[in-house]
Amino acid sequence: MRHLFATIAVAAFATASVSQAALAETKVGLLLPKSGTYAALGNEIEAGFNLALEEAGRTGDFTIVAEDTEVKPPVGLAKARKLVLQDNVDVIVGIVSSGVLGALRDFIDGAEVPLIVANAGNNAATGAACSPYIVRVSFSNGQVNRPMGPWLVDKGIKKVYTLAPDYAAGHQMIESFTAAYEAAGGEVIGGEFTPFGQTKDFGPYLTNAKAAGPDAVFVFYAGGEAISFVKQYGSFGLAPDLPLFGSGFLTSPLYVGAEGDAAIGVVASLHYIPTLDTPENKAFVEAFKAKFDRPPSEYAVQGYDAARVLLGAIDAGATDRASIAAALPKVKYTGPRGPLEIDPATNNVVQNIYIYETVKADNGLTQKIVGTVEGVRDDPNGCMLQ
Amino acid sequence: MDSGVWALQLLNALQYSMLLFLLSIGLTVILGLLHFVNLAHGALYMMGAYLGVSVAMATGSYWAALFLAPLLVTVIGAVLYFALIERLRHSGPMNQVLVTFGLIFVFLDVVRLLWGDIALGLDVPPLLAGTAHFFGIAFPTYRLFIIFVGLLVMALLWVVLARTQIGAMIRAGVENSDMAAAMGINVGRLFFAVFCVGCALAGLAGVVAAPVLSATTGMGVSILVPTLIVVVIGGLGSLEGAIVGSLIVGFIETVGAALAPNVAAISSYVLLAAILILRPQGLIPARG
Repeated sequence: MRHLFATIAVAAFATASVSQAALAETKVGLLLPKSGTYAALGNEIEAGFNLALEEAGRTGDFTIVAEDTEVKPPVGLAKARKLVLQDNVDVIVGIVSSGVLGALRDFIDGAEVPLIVANAGNNAATGAACSPYIVRVSFSNGQVNRPMGPWLVDKGIKKVYTLAPDYAAGHQMIESFTAAYEAAGGEVIGGEFTPFGQTKDFGPYLTNAKAAGPDAVFVFYAGGEAISFVKQYGSFGLAPDLPLFGSGFLTSPLYVGAEGDAAIGVVASLHYIPTLDTPENKAFVEAFKAKFDRPPSEYAVQGYDAARVLLGAIDAGATDRASIAAALPKVKYTGPRGPLEIDPATNNVVQNIYIYETVKADNGLTQKIVGTVEGVRDDPNGCMLQ
Repeated sequence: MDSGVWALQLLNALQYSMLLFLLSIGLTVILGLLHFVNLAHGALYMMGAYLGVSVAMATGSYWAALFLAPLLVTVIGAVLYFALIERLRHSGPMNQVLVTFGLIFVFLDVVRLLWGDIALGLDVPPLLAGTAHFFGIAFPTYRLFIIFVGLLVMALLWVVLARTQIGAMIRAGVENSDMAAAMGINVGRLFFAVFCVGCALAGLAGVVAAPVLSATTGMGVSILVPTLIVVVIGGLGSLEGAIVGSLIVGFIETVGAALAPNVAAISSYVLLAAILILRPQGLIPARG
């Protein structure tokens, strides 16, 4: 009797562990910057990713191997090779810098490993250089900036001066904005690209911008550069004559506190803001606040949605690299940032873009929506997925 | 561009020059007097900024930060002096460079652990907020304050170095430390005092820069290069050299940024190379 019981117990345990093993087989390579300019972004994306797994109660179903890209393309490529060839991961999640994504593209495409991009926005990755293995849940540089063009013209702002850091993302953000703005009837009367990562003092550029006599300035800056830029813009007292507009990363909730009152009144466009009044977002903000004691940023949502999209693919029956890659573009749901789907024509996310103003509230700075452009979709731009 | 714009750009340049001066004067005198290559000087600047932000948060006062942060950085400097620098004084420049280069990374990770990766801002006190209007131009009051602090430190150092006995001892030490010791100057204690003042000025530069440039983990490394260029251009160990070098580098980088940003990024390196070829001792070296 006792023997029989033991046999049954062993059998039961064995079946349980087999079914467990079938679920636990997804191995995720998390490829994010843990040092360098964008370390804070990497941490925020990872926080969002883990939150989604915990919320779904599926932490045990994934083995996560984390690697640091150091925001350097060659390092990112070496780490991706290690994840694919040595750790044998089923899917890679992450990539903050467009430069790193550009370096990885051919390797990912050739190795046929699905990559869920959780930040890097270079247009080419879901345009001319798109791949069935690269799915982006964050944004494209064009997608975030295009809606600001017609919106500014609509508000009577006909002449702008542009500023952005001198690297791939800076150029793409400004080019996309300029095309949409000029198509709507506005005029870019001048602009400058500032040396990326070396510019600490924006005073000389702000002085030139003012001297050019535009109605407003439109800029893209992110991270530490955004903080310095907005504070210095504030200190020159330019706000009354020269309002500041930009790509929404400029006043991201992740660091708007460090920018302080200088950020008040800045209007920018972004794919997520924490004050969205939807049940999905309220639940997400609540869960994030409970864990980290601060509101989530767009970067946290990108990490969260990367996990949600991956869970969606696995729930649809995907088990290995090929089936995950095939299932990812079919995932569709309403998340914290609103309705979200992957465009099968480009593998880029289709999402709402929110135009928001940073305003003062009782407990610091918060975001007020002043416009919503629904379901912004990129043109294929040379992508031949369909 | 009209003259008002140029006046603003010159003020921008002057403000940047003053920050460079606060950093380079400490570095150049430590190099000239102790023959010690302290690459961690930039890290002390970063510590000044972060400690300034923390003190301001704890006390709610920018002025407390302005005075306490340089003091705290001096304490860090003193610990470094006794733990490492004194031992390394005679072990050659290569070892000094390696150890202090390593210190940069130690400080970097300490800052990341204590303060995180997100850049921190520091609010300016109401007295210095806003813009000052004069001669038909508007310029941030706080930037004028930075220029004022730089000029004040410059004047104080000039008085001390040129008009006091301590100054004479320091100049004697830079000129020939063995002879100075033979004349009865306690060179060891003098070195320590000078090192502390250098650290305090780096900390002061950090806290003064924080409201404009924010406290970031990369600030210590990124300021080190222009500071070293100032030291090489100006000449080791001299106050005049640090002043002239700071003004040259500050004006080249700022006015260059206004005219042609991408050329400005390399122009100070071109000048550095030219100085090293044509006048390797720097424009105004302490030791003629």
